[in-house]
Amino acid sequence: MSYPPSGPPADPGASDRADSPGSAADRLASTGGTAAPPRPPAATFSSAPAASGGTDAPSRSRDAGTPDRPVKTILSAADIARVVDRIAHQILEKTSGAADTILLGVPTRGVPLARRLAERIHTFENVAVPVGALDVTLYRDDLRLRGARALGRTELPPGGIDGRRVILIDDVLFSGRTVRAALDALGDLGRPRSVQLAVLVDRGHRELPIRADYVGKNIPTALAEIVRVALAETDGTDEVRLLGGTR
Amino acid sequence: MIRHLLSAADLDAATATLVLDTAHEMALLADREVKKLPTLRGRTVVNLFYEDSTRTRISFEAAAKRLSADVINFSAKGSSVSKGESLKDTALTLQAMGADGVVVRHPASGAPHRLAHWVDGSVLNAGDGTHEHPTQALLDAYTMRSRLGRLEGLNVAIVGDVLHSRVARSNVLLLHTLGAKVTLVAPPTLLPVGVEAWPARTSYQLDSVLPDSDVVMMLRVQRERMDEAYFPSAREYSRRYGLDTARMRRLPEHAIVMHPGPMNRGMEITPEVADSVRSTIVEQVANGVSVRMAVLYLLLGGKV
Repeated sequence: MSYPPSGPPADPGASDRADSPGSAADRLASTGGTAAPPRPPAATFSSAPAASGGTDAPSRSRDAGTPDRPVKTILSAADIARVVDRIAHQILEKTSGAADTILLGVPTRGVPLARRLAERIHTFENVAVPVGALDVTLYRDDLRLRGARALGRTELPPGGIDGRRVILIDDVLFSGRTVRAALDALGDLGRPRSVQLAVLVDRGHRELPIRADYVGKNIPTALAEIVRVALAETDGTDEVRLLGGTR
Repeated sequence: MIRHLLSAADLDAATATLVLDTAHEMALLADREVKKLPTLRGRTVVNLFYEDSTRTRISFEAAAKRLSADVINFSAKGSSVSKGESLKDTALTLQAMGADGVVVRHPASGAPHRLAHWVDGSVLNAGDGTHEHPTQALLDAYTMRSRLGRLEGLNVAIVGDVLHSRVARSNVLLLHTLGAKVTLVAPPTLLPVGVEAWPARTSYQLDSVLPDSDVVMMLRVQRERMDEAYFPSAREYSRRYGLDTARMRRLPEHAIVMHPGPMNRGMEITPEVADSVRSTIVEQVANGVSVRMAVLYLLLGGKV
Protein backbone atom coordinates (compact mmCIF):
# COMPACT_ATOMS: atom_id res chain seq x y z
CA MET A 1 0.00 0.00 0.00
CA SER A 2 1.30 3.39 -0.79
CA TYR A 3 0.23 6.62 0.72
CA PRO A 4 -0.69 9.37 -1.62
CA PRO A 5 0.34 12.84 -0.57
CA SER A 6 -2.03 13.86 2.13
CA GLY A 7 -4.83 16.27 2.40
CA PRO A 8 -5.34 19.85 1.52
CA PRO A 9 -3.62 22.62 3.47
CA ALA A 10 -6.89 23.08 5.28
CA ASP A 11 -6.12 19.89 7.19
CA PRO A 12 -3.55 20.89 9.75
CA GLY A 13 -2.37 17.90 11.65
CA ALA A 14 -3.76 14.87 9.95
CA SER A 15 -2.29 13.16 12.95
CA ASP A 16 -1.24 14.21 16.40
CA ARG A 17 1.02 11.24 16.84
CA ALA A 18 4.73 10.95 16.68
CA ASP A 19 4.30 9.15 13.47
CA SER A 20 1.45 8.18 11.29
CA PRO A 21 -0.88 6.22 13.52
CA GLY A 22 -1.42 2.52 13.28
CA SER A 23 0.61 2.41 10.17
CA ALA A 24 2.61 -0.74 10.12
CA ALA A 25 2.79 -0.43 6.36
CA ASP A 26 4.11 3.07 6.73
CA ARG A 27 6.82 1.91 9.02
CA LEU A 28 7.76 -0.96 6.80
CA ALA A 29 8.07 1.38 3.91
CA SER A 30 10.16 3.73 5.95
CA THR A 31 12.79 1.34 7.16
CA GLY A 32 13.88 0.61 3.64
CA GLY A 33 15.93 3.65 2.81
CA THR A 34 19.02 4.32 4.85
CA ALA A 35 21.09 6.99 3.21
CA ALA A 36 18.68 8.91 1.09
CA PRO A 37 19.86 12.41 0.29
CA PRO A 38 18.37 15.07 2.51
CA ARG A 39 15.51 16.77 0.79
CA PRO A 40 12.22 18.34 1.66
CA PRO A 41 10.00 15.57 2.96
CA ALA A 42 6.95 16.58 1.00
CA ALA A 43 7.63 14.27 -1.88
CA THR A 44 8.06 11.00 -0.05
CA PHE A 45 5.35 10.10 2.37
CA SER A 46 1.92 11.01 3.49
CA SER A 47 2.68 14.34 4.99
CA ALA A 48 4.22 17.52 3.92
CA PRO A 49 4.75 19.19 7.28
CA ALA A 50 4.24 22.61 5.81
CA ALA A 51 0.92 21.57 4.39
CA SER A 52 -0.48 19.08 6.86
CA GLY A 53 0.90 20.54 10.02
CA GLY A 54 3.71 18.16 10.69
CA THR A 55 2.31 14.69 10.55
CA ASP A 56 5.48 12.87 11.24
CA ALA A 57 5.86 10.26 8.60
CA PRO A 58 8.57 7.97 9.86
CA SER A 59 11.21 8.13 7.24
CA ARG A 60 14.46 7.31 8.94
CA SER A 61 16.32 8.88 6.08
CA ARG A 62 15.00 12.23 7.19
CA ASP A 63 16.36 11.91 10.71
CA ALA A 64 19.86 12.90 9.76
CA GLY A 65 20.48 16.48 10.75
CA THR A 66 21.29 18.95 8.03
CA PRO A 67 21.84 22.69 8.24
CA ASP A 68 18.22 23.39 7.45
CA ARG A 69 16.84 20.41 9.41
CA PRO A 70 18.53 20.40 12.80
CA VAL A 71 17.89 17.48 15.15
CA LYS A 72 17.62 17.97 18.91
CA THR A 73 17.29 15.25 21.52
CA ILE A 74 14.54 16.27 23.92
CA LEU A 75 14.37 13.21 26.13
CA SER A 76 17.17 10.70 26.57
CA ALA A 77 16.58 7.11 27.66
CA ALA A 78 17.20 8.08 31.28
CA ASP A 79 14.80 11.02 30.96
CA ILE A 80 12.09 8.77 29.55
CA ALA A 81 12.54 6.34 32.46
CA ARG A 82 12.22 9.20 34.97
CA VAL A 83 9.16 10.58 33.21
CA VAL A 84 7.46 7.18 33.19
CA ASP A 85 8.24 6.81 36.91
CA ARG A 86 6.71 10.20 37.63
CA ILE A 87 3.54 9.54 35.62
CA ALA A 88 3.17 6.19 37.39
CA HIS A 89 3.35 8.00 40.75
CA GLN A 90 0.89 10.64 39.56
CA ILE A 91 -1.57 8.00 38.41
CA LEU A 92 -1.35 6.29 41.81
CA GLU A 93 -1.87 9.61 43.53
CA LYS A 94 -4.77 10.82 41.39
CA THR A 95 -6.62 7.50 41.33
CA SER A 96 -6.22 6.55 45.01
CA GLY A 97 -3.86 3.67 44.34
CA ALA A 98 -5.07 2.82 40.85
CA ALA A 99 -8.14 0.98 42.11
CA ASP A 100 -10.52 -0.16 39.39
CA THR A 101 -8.28 1.39 36.76
CA ILE A 102 -7.16 0.05 33.40
CA LEU A 103 -4.50 1.40 31.05
CA LEU A 104 -5.27 1.37 27.32
CA GLY A 105 -2.35 2.11 25.01
CA VAL A 106 -3.01 3.53 21.57
CA PRO A 107 -0.92 1.61 19.00
CA THR A 108 1.82 1.72 18.09
CA ARG A 109 3.90 3.34 20.83
CA GLY A 110 1.17 3.91 23.38
CA VAL A 111 1.03 0.16 23.99
CA PRO A 112 4.61 -0.33 25.27
CA LEU A 113 4.23 2.88 27.27
CA ALA A 114 1.11 1.48 28.94
CA ARG A 115 2.99 -1.74 29.77
CA ARG A 116 5.88 0.22 31.28
CA LEU A 117 3.52 2.31 33.40
CA ALA A 118 1.75 -0.80 34.68
CA GLU A 119 5.10 -2.38 35.48
CA ARG A 120 6.24 0.71 37.42
CA ILE A 121 2.92 0.93 39.29
CA HIS A 122 3.35 -2.72 40.23
CA THR A 123 6.89 -2.06 41.47
CA PHE A 124 5.89 0.98 43.53
CA GLU A 125 2.71 -0.24 45.19
CA ASN A 126 2.37 -3.90 44.22
CA VAL A 127 -0.93 -3.28 42.40
CA ALA A 128 -1.61 -5.14 39.15
CA VAL A 129 -3.24 -2.69 36.73
CA PRO A 130 -4.79 -4.38 33.67
CA VAL A 131 -3.28 -3.24 30.39
CA GLY A 132 -4.92 -3.27 26.96
CA ALA A 133 -4.61 -1.74 23.52
CA LEU A 134 -7.10 0.40 21.64
CA ASP A 135 -6.63 0.87 17.91
CA VAL A 136 -8.50 3.92 16.66
CA THR A 137 -7.79 3.68 12.92
CA LEU A 138 -11.38 2.85 12.00
CA TYR A 139 -12.63 5.89 13.93
CA ARG A 140 -10.24 8.47 12.50
CA ASP A 141 -11.65 11.49 10.70
CA ASP A 142 -8.79 11.63 8.22
CA LEU A 143 -9.17 8.17 6.64
CA ARG A 144 -10.30 9.66 3.36
CA LEU A 145 -7.29 11.91 3.06
CA ARG A 146 -4.98 8.95 2.59
CA GLY A 147 -5.06 5.36 1.45
CA ALA A 148 -6.63 2.78 3.73
CA ARG A 149 -4.05 1.67 6.23
CA ALA A 150 -3.28 -1.46 8.21
CA LEU A 151 -5.07 -1.81 11.51
CA GLY A 152 -3.38 -2.04 14.88
CA ARG A 153 -4.49 -4.44 17.54
CA THR A 154 -7.34 -3.81 19.93
CA GLU A 155 -7.23 -5.91 23.06
CA LEU A 156 -9.34 -5.18 26.08
CA PRO A 157 -8.38 -6.66 29.45
CA PRO A 158 -10.81 -9.29 30.80
CA GLY A 159 -13.86 -7.64 32.29
CA GLY A 160 -13.92 -4.89 29.66
CA ILE A 161 -14.18 -1.20 30.40
CA ASP A 162 -17.67 -0.93 31.87
CA GLY A 163 -17.70 1.00 35.12
CA ARG A 164 -13.93 1.30 35.28
CA ARG A 165 -11.56 4.22 35.12
CA VAL A 166 -9.83 4.08 31.73
CA ILE A 167 -6.51 5.85 31.25
CA LEU A 168 -5.60 6.27 27.56
CA ILE A 169 -1.87 6.21 26.92
CA ASP A 170 -0.26 7.75 23.84
CA ASP A 171 3.18 8.95 22.92
CA VAL A 172 2.54 12.42 21.48
CA LEU A 173 -0.43 14.73 21.96
CA PHE A 174 -0.74 17.05 18.97
CA SER A 175 -4.01 18.03 17.27
CA GLY A 176 -6.11 15.91 19.64
CA ARG A 177 -7.76 14.03 16.79
CA THR A 178 -6.43 10.64 17.82
CA VAL A 179 -7.86 11.15 21.28
CA ARG A 180 -11.21 12.16 19.85
CA ALA A 181 -11.21 8.97 17.77
CA ALA A 182 -10.27 7.00 20.90
CA LEU A 183 -13.19 8.49 22.83
CA ASP A 184 -15.57 7.47 20.03
CA ALA A 185 -14.13 3.96 20.03
CA LEU A 186 -14.53 3.69 23.80
CA GLY A 187 -18.18 4.67 23.46
CA ASP A 188 -18.75 1.65 21.22
CA LEU A 189 -16.91 -0.72 23.55
CA GLY A 190 -18.80 0.08 26.73
CA ARG A 191 -19.29 2.77 29.32
CA PRO A 192 -16.24 3.59 31.43
CA ARG A 193 -16.77 5.41 34.74
CA SER A 194 -14.27 8.01 33.62
CA VAL A 195 -11.59 8.48 31.00
CA GLN A 196 -8.21 10.10 31.53
CA LEU A 197 -5.30 10.72 29.20
CA ALA A 198 -1.57 10.28 29.73
CA VAL A 199 1.01 11.28 27.09
CA LEU A 200 4.77 11.20 26.96
CA VAL A 201 5.02 14.46 25.04
CA ASP A 202 2.57 17.32 24.60
CA ARG A 203 3.69 19.37 21.63
CA GLY A 204 0.78 21.81 21.50
CA HIS A 205 -1.25 22.89 18.42
CA ARG A 206 -4.53 21.41 19.61
CA GLU A 207 -7.43 21.53 17.15
CA LEU A 208 -10.02 20.17 19.57
CA PRO A 209 -10.90 20.94 23.19
CA ILE A 210 -8.82 18.10 24.61
CA ARG A 211 -6.15 18.14 27.31
CA ALA A 212 -4.03 15.48 28.97
CA ASP A 213 -4.29 14.54 32.66
CA TYR A 214 -0.70 13.35 32.81
CA VAL A 215 2.06 14.87 30.68
CA GLY A 216 5.61 13.62 30.50
CA LYS A 217 7.04 16.75 28.94
CA ASN A 218 5.58 19.85 27.36
CA ILE A 219 7.52 20.77 24.25
CA PRO A 220 6.73 24.04 22.51
CA THR A 221 7.04 23.33 18.80
CA ALA A 222 6.52 25.01 15.49
CA LEU A 223 3.92 23.35 13.29
CA ALA A 224 6.54 22.38 10.74
CA GLU A 225 8.71 20.62 13.30
CA ILE A 226 8.51 16.88 13.85
CA VAL A 227 8.51 15.08 17.18
CA ARG A 228 9.92 11.60 16.81
CA VAL A 229 9.47 9.13 19.66
CA ALA A 230 11.57 5.97 19.66
CA LEU A 231 10.96 3.21 22.22
CA ALA A 232 13.07 0.15 22.78
CA GLU A 233 10.11 -2.20 22.17
CA THR A 234 9.31 -0.79 18.75
CA ASP A 235 12.45 1.00 17.61
CA GLY A 236 15.31 -0.60 19.53
CA THR A 237 16.16 2.50 21.51
CA ASP A 238 14.59 5.02 23.90
CA GLU A 239 14.72 8.60 22.70
CA VAL A 240 12.54 11.59 21.86
CA ARG A 241 13.87 13.93 19.22
CA LEU A 242 12.74 17.18 17.68
CA LEU A 243 13.44 17.50 13.99
CA GLY A 244 13.53 21.08 12.86
CA GLY A 245 11.28 21.97 9.99
CA THR A 246 12.31 24.33 7.28
CA ARG A 247 11.11 27.72 8.38
CA MET B 1 -4.16 -1.21 -2.16
CA ILE B 2 -5.63 -2.35 -5.43
CA ARG B 3 -8.74 -0.56 -6.67
CA HIS B 4 -10.89 -3.54 -7.68
CA LEU B 5 -10.98 -7.12 -6.47
CA LEU B 6 -11.73 -9.10 -9.62
CA SER B 7 -9.47 -12.10 -9.27
CA ALA B 8 -7.55 -13.80 -6.48
CA ALA B 9 -4.54 -13.25 -8.73
CA ASP B 10 -4.86 -9.50 -8.11
CA LEU B 11 -3.52 -10.12 -4.60
CA ASP B 12 0.18 -10.52 -3.94
CA ALA B 13 1.29 -12.22 -0.74
CA ALA B 14 1.68 -8.95 1.18
CA THR B 15 -1.75 -7.63 0.20
CA ALA B 16 -3.47 -10.96 0.87
CA THR B 17 -1.83 -11.13 4.29
CA LEU B 18 -2.93 -7.55 4.97
CA VAL B 19 -6.53 -8.55 4.17
CA LEU B 20 -6.34 -11.58 6.49
CA ASP B 21 -4.78 -9.54 9.32
CA THR B 22 -7.39 -6.82 8.90
CA ALA B 23 -10.13 -9.47 8.93
CA HIS B 24 -8.73 -10.76 12.21
CA GLU B 25 -9.23 -7.33 13.79
CA MET B 26 -12.69 -7.05 12.22
CA ALA B 27 -13.64 -10.40 13.75
CA LEU B 28 -13.24 -8.92 17.23
CA LEU B 29 -16.26 -6.77 16.46
CA ALA B 30 -18.54 -9.78 16.80
CA ASP B 31 -17.88 -9.88 20.55
CA ARG B 32 -18.67 -6.24 21.09
CA GLU B 33 -21.72 -4.56 22.45
CA VAL B 34 -22.04 -2.20 19.47
CA LYS B 35 -21.34 -4.26 16.34
CA LYS B 36 -20.83 -1.25 14.13
CA LEU B 37 -17.95 0.91 13.01
CA PRO B 38 -18.26 4.42 11.55
CA THR B 39 -15.55 3.79 8.96
CA LEU B 40 -17.60 3.84 5.71
CA ARG B 41 -20.22 6.37 6.78
CA GLY B 42 -21.60 8.12 3.74
CA ARG B 43 -20.31 5.56 1.25
CA THR B 44 -22.70 3.60 -0.93
CA VAL B 45 -22.27 -0.08 -1.71
CA VAL B 46 -24.47 -1.69 -4.37
CA ASN B 47 -25.01 -5.45 -4.31
CA LEU B 48 -25.60 -6.35 -7.95
CA PHE B 49 -26.74 -9.96 -8.12
CA TYR B 50 -27.60 -11.53 -11.45
CA GLU B 51 -27.52 -15.01 -9.99
CA ASP B 52 -29.09 -16.60 -6.93
CA SER B 53 -27.09 -16.40 -3.76
CA THR B 54 -27.87 -16.62 -0.08
CA ARG B 55 -24.72 -16.45 1.95
CA THR B 56 -22.56 -14.26 -0.27
CA ARG B 57 -25.17 -11.55 -0.66
CA ILE B 58 -26.15 -11.55 3.01
CA SER B 59 -22.50 -11.65 4.01
CA PHE B 60 -21.61 -8.63 1.87
CA GLU B 61 -24.69 -6.80 3.09
CA ALA B 62 -23.85 -7.47 6.75
CA ALA B 63 -20.22 -6.47 6.19
CA ALA B 64 -21.12 -3.18 4.52
CA LYS B 65 -23.71 -2.36 7.18
CA ARG B 66 -21.33 -3.07 10.03
CA LEU B 67 -19.00 -0.50 8.50
CA SER B 68 -21.92 1.99 8.32
CA ALA B 69 -22.07 2.09 4.50
CA ASP B 70 -25.41 2.59 2.78
CA VAL B 71 -26.38 -0.64 1.03
CA ILE B 72 -28.53 -0.94 -2.07
CA ASN B 73 -29.53 -4.45 -3.05
CA PHE B 74 -30.20 -5.15 -6.68
CA SER B 75 -31.25 -8.53 -7.97
CA ALA B 76 -31.89 -9.27 -11.60
CA LYS B 77 -35.37 -10.57 -10.78
CA GLY B 78 -37.79 -7.71 -10.35
CA SER B 79 -35.51 -5.14 -11.99
CA SER B 80 -35.25 -3.69 -15.48
CA VAL B 81 -32.96 -6.58 -16.37
CA SER B 82 -36.07 -8.69 -16.89
CA LYS B 83 -37.16 -6.01 -19.35
CA GLY B 84 -33.94 -6.55 -21.27
CA GLU B 85 -31.59 -3.90 -19.87
CA SER B 86 -27.96 -4.64 -20.63
CA LEU B 87 -25.18 -4.89 -18.04
CA LYS B 88 -23.67 -1.70 -19.40
CA ASP B 89 -26.86 0.31 -19.05
CA THR B 90 -27.30 -0.98 -15.53
CA ALA B 91 -23.70 0.00 -14.81
CA LEU B 92 -24.29 3.51 -16.10
CA THR B 93 -27.35 3.79 -13.88
CA LEU B 94 -25.26 2.80 -10.86
CA GLN B 95 -22.59 5.25 -11.94
CA ALA B 96 -25.16 8.05 -12.07
CA MET B 97 -26.31 7.13 -8.55
CA GLY B 98 -22.78 7.48 -7.27
CA ALA B 99 -21.97 3.97 -6.09
CA ASP B 100 -18.60 3.87 -4.31
CA GLY B 101 -18.47 0.08 -4.40
CA VAL B 102 -20.22 -2.45 -6.63
CA VAL B 103 -20.41 -6.06 -5.49
CA VAL B 104 -21.30 -8.12 -8.52
CA ARG B 105 -22.31 -11.70 -9.10
CA HIS B 106 -22.98 -12.72 -12.66
CA PRO B 107 -23.47 -16.03 -14.51
CA ALA B 108 -21.03 -14.92 -17.24
CA SER B 109 -17.33 -15.31 -16.56
CA GLY B 110 -15.60 -11.95 -16.92
CA ALA B 111 -18.66 -9.75 -16.33
CA PRO B 112 -17.03 -7.98 -13.35
CA HIS B 113 -14.00 -7.13 -15.51
CA ARG B 114 -16.26 -5.46 -18.07
CA LEU B 115 -18.12 -3.64 -15.32
CA ALA B 116 -14.86 -2.27 -13.91
CA HIS B 117 -14.37 -0.29 -17.13
CA TRP B 118 -17.77 1.35 -16.89
CA VAL B 119 -17.99 2.54 -13.30
CA ASP B 120 -15.72 4.78 -11.24
CA GLY B 121 -16.28 2.93 -7.97
CA SER B 122 -14.48 -0.21 -6.83
CA VAL B 123 -15.78 -3.47 -8.30
CA LEU B 124 -15.76 -6.58 -6.12
CA ASN B 125 -16.24 -9.90 -7.84
CA ALA B 126 -18.70 -11.97 -5.82
CA GLY B 127 -18.58 -14.86 -8.27
CA ASP B 128 -18.60 -14.75 -12.06
CA GLY B 129 -19.71 -17.88 -13.88
CA THR B 130 -17.18 -20.66 -13.57
CA HIS B 131 -14.33 -18.18 -13.33
CA GLU B 132 -13.52 -16.71 -9.91
CA HIS B 133 -14.83 -15.97 -6.43
CA PRO B 134 -11.95 -14.17 -4.69
CA THR B 135 -13.63 -13.29 -1.38
CA GLN B 136 -14.55 -16.96 -0.91
CA ALA B 137 -10.89 -17.87 -1.35
CA LEU B 138 -9.93 -15.19 1.18
CA LEU B 139 -12.39 -16.45 3.76
CA ASP B 140 -11.25 -20.03 3.18
CA ALA B 141 -7.62 -18.99 3.67
CA TYR B 142 -8.63 -17.05 6.78
CA THR B 143 -10.45 -20.10 8.17
CA MET B 144 -7.44 -22.36 7.53
CA ARG B 145 -5.08 -19.89 9.13
CA SER B 146 -7.20 -19.43 12.23
CA ARG B 147 -7.77 -23.19 12.66
CA LEU B 148 -4.26 -24.43 11.80
CA GLY B 149 -2.17 -21.36 12.63
CA ARG B 150 -0.45 -20.98 9.28
CA LEU B 151 -0.86 -21.34 5.52
CA GLU B 152 2.74 -21.75 4.44
CA GLY B 153 3.39 -25.41 3.65
CA LEU B 154 -0.16 -26.65 4.26
CA ASN B 155 -1.37 -29.51 2.07
CA VAL B 156 -4.83 -28.62 0.78
CA ALA B 157 -6.95 -31.09 -1.19
CA ILE B 158 -9.75 -29.54 -3.24
CA VAL B 159 -12.15 -32.30 -4.17
CA GLY B 160 -14.97 -32.60 -6.67
CA ASP B 161 -16.41 -30.51 -9.46
CA VAL B 162 -13.29 -28.43 -10.21
CA LEU B 163 -14.46 -27.87 -13.79
CA HIS B 164 -17.40 -25.68 -12.83
CA SER B 165 -15.96 -24.27 -9.64
CA ARG B 166 -14.99 -20.62 -9.36
CA VAL B 167 -14.20 -21.36 -5.71
CA ALA B 168 -11.54 -23.90 -6.73
CA ARG B 169 -9.91 -21.56 -9.24
CA SER B 170 -9.69 -18.64 -6.81
CA ASN B 171 -8.48 -20.90 -4.01
CA VAL B 172 -5.71 -22.40 -6.12
CA LEU B 173 -4.44 -18.94 -7.07
CA LEU B 174 -4.61 -17.49 -3.56
CA LEU B 175 -3.30 -20.53 -1.70
CA HIS B 176 -0.39 -20.77 -4.11
CA THR B 177 0.42 -17.09 -3.47
CA LEU B 178 0.35 -17.73 0.27
CA GLY B 179 2.60 -20.78 0.11
CA ALA B 180 0.17 -23.68 0.54
CA LYS B 181 0.35 -26.77 -1.66
CA VAL B 182 -2.89 -27.58 -3.44
CA THR B 183 -3.95 -30.94 -4.87
CA LEU B 184 -7.05 -31.02 -7.06
CA VAL B 185 -8.93 -34.31 -6.79
CA ALA B 186 -11.65 -35.07 -9.31
CA PRO B 187 -12.74 -37.55 -11.93
CA PRO B 188 -10.97 -36.77 -15.25
CA THR B 189 -14.22 -35.42 -16.72
CA LEU B 190 -14.50 -32.77 -14.01
CA LEU B 191 -11.00 -31.30 -14.38
CA PRO B 192 -10.79 -28.30 -16.74
CA VAL B 193 -8.75 -28.35 -19.92
CA GLY B 194 -5.35 -26.81 -19.24
CA VAL B 195 -5.33 -27.71 -15.56
CA GLU B 196 -1.65 -28.72 -15.96
CA ALA B 197 -0.83 -25.02 -16.14
CA TRP B 198 -2.43 -24.29 -12.76
CA PRO B 199 -0.09 -24.06 -9.78
CA ALA B 200 -1.50 -27.28 -8.32
CA ARG B 201 -1.10 -31.04 -8.52
CA THR B 202 -3.96 -33.21 -9.69
CA SER B 203 -5.11 -36.66 -8.69
CA TYR B 204 -8.00 -38.98 -9.53
CA GLN B 205 -7.67 -40.95 -6.28
CA LEU B 206 -9.19 -39.35 -3.19
CA ASP B 207 -8.15 -42.15 -0.85
CA SER B 208 -4.44 -41.81 -1.60
CA VAL B 209 -4.47 -38.02 -1.11
CA LEU B 210 -6.29 -37.95 2.24
CA PRO B 211 -3.52 -39.21 4.59
CA ASP B 212 -1.24 -36.26 3.66
CA SER B 213 -3.87 -33.54 3.72
CA ASP B 214 -4.15 -30.83 6.36
CA VAL B 215 -7.28 -29.46 4.73
CA VAL B 216 -9.94 -31.15 2.61
CA MET B 217 -12.21 -28.80 0.75
CA MET B 218 -15.25 -30.48 -0.74
CA LEU B 219 -16.86 -28.74 -3.73
CA ARG B 220 -20.51 -28.81 -4.58
CA VAL B 221 -21.45 -30.83 -7.65
CA GLN B 222 -22.97 -28.09 -9.75
CA ARG B 223 -25.88 -29.84 -11.36
CA GLU B 224 -27.28 -26.57 -12.73
CA ARG B 225 -24.17 -26.00 -14.86
CA MET B 226 -24.02 -29.58 -16.18
CA ASP B 227 -25.63 -29.95 -19.55
CA GLU B 228 -24.16 -33.38 -20.18
CA ALA B 229 -23.18 -36.43 -18.19
CA TYR B 230 -19.84 -36.11 -16.43
CA PHE B 231 -20.16 -39.27 -14.38
CA PRO B 232 -22.32 -42.41 -14.63
CA SER B 233 -24.49 -41.83 -11.58
CA ALA B 234 -24.68 -39.75 -8.41
CA ARG B 235 -24.22 -42.93 -6.43
CA GLU B 236 -20.99 -43.82 -8.18
CA TYR B 237 -19.65 -40.30 -7.80
CA SER B 238 -20.48 -40.37 -4.13
CA ARG B 239 -18.74 -43.73 -3.67
CA ARG B 240 -15.48 -42.55 -5.22
CA TYR B 241 -15.34 -38.85 -4.40
CA GLY B 242 -17.77 -38.29 -1.51
CA LEU B 243 -16.42 -37.68 1.98
CA ASP B 244 -17.95 -40.08 4.50
CA THR B 245 -16.96 -41.04 8.03
CA ALA B 246 -14.73 -43.91 6.91
CA ARG B 247 -12.79 -41.64 4.57
CA MET B 248 -12.57 -38.90 7.20
CA ARG B 249 -10.72 -41.38 9.46
CA ARG B 250 -7.93 -41.55 6.92
CA LEU B 251 -7.15 -37.88 7.55
CA PRO B 252 -4.45 -36.81 10.00
CA GLU B 253 -5.65 -35.96 13.52
CA HIS B 254 -5.52 -32.17 13.04
CA ALA B 255 -7.02 -31.99 9.54
CA ILE B 256 -10.12 -29.91 8.87
CA VAL B 257 -13.00 -30.38 6.44
CA MET B 258 -14.31 -27.40 4.51
CA HIS B 259 -17.18 -26.76 2.13
CA PRO B 260 -18.05 -23.43 0.52
CA GLY B 261 -21.78 -24.22 0.62
CA PRO B 262 -24.47 -24.81 -0.32
CA MET B 263 -23.96 -28.53 0.33
CA ASN B 264 -25.55 -31.50 -1.37
CA ARG B 265 -25.73 -33.61 1.77
CA GLY B 266 -25.32 -37.25 0.84
CA MET B 267 -23.69 -36.42 -2.49
CA GLU B 268 -20.20 -34.95 -1.99
CA ILE B 269 -20.37 -35.01 1.82
CA THR B 270 -22.35 -37.08 4.32
CA PRO B 271 -24.33 -35.33 7.07
CA GLU B 272 -22.14 -36.95 9.78
CA VAL B 273 -19.01 -35.41 8.27
CA ALA B 274 -20.65 -32.04 7.62
CA ASP B 275 -21.71 -31.79 11.26
CA SER B 276 -18.54 -33.21 12.80
CA VAL B 277 -16.06 -31.23 14.91
CA ARG B 278 -13.59 -31.19 12.02
CA SER B 279 -16.05 -29.38 9.82
CA THR B 280 -15.56 -25.60 9.55
CA ILE B 281 -18.63 -25.02 7.41
CA VAL B 282 -20.47 -22.77 9.86
CA GLU B 283 -17.24 -21.00 10.84
CA GLN B 284 -16.60 -20.21 7.18
CA VAL B 285 -19.87 -18.29 7.02
CA ALA B 286 -19.01 -16.23 10.11
CA ASN B 287 -15.51 -15.58 8.82
CA GLY B 288 -17.01 -14.48 5.51
CA VAL B 289 -18.44 -11.35 7.12
CA SER B 290 -15.10 -10.41 8.73
CA VAL B 291 -13.15 -10.97 5.52
CA ARG B 292 -15.62 -8.96 3.45
CA MET B 293 -15.48 -6.14 5.99
CA ALA B 294 -11.71 -6.15 5.61
CA VAL B 295 -11.94 -6.04 1.81
CA LEU B 296 -14.54 -3.26 1.82
CA TYR B 297 -12.49 -1.24 4.28
CA LEU B 298 -9.27 -1.64 2.33
CA LEU B 299 -10.90 -0.85 -1.03
CA LEU B 300 -13.30 1.91 0.02
CA GLY B 301 -11.99 3.18 3.35
CA GLY B 302 -9.15 5.36 2.19
CA LYS B 303 -8.69 8.05 -0.37
CA VAL B 304 -10.49 7.17 -3.55
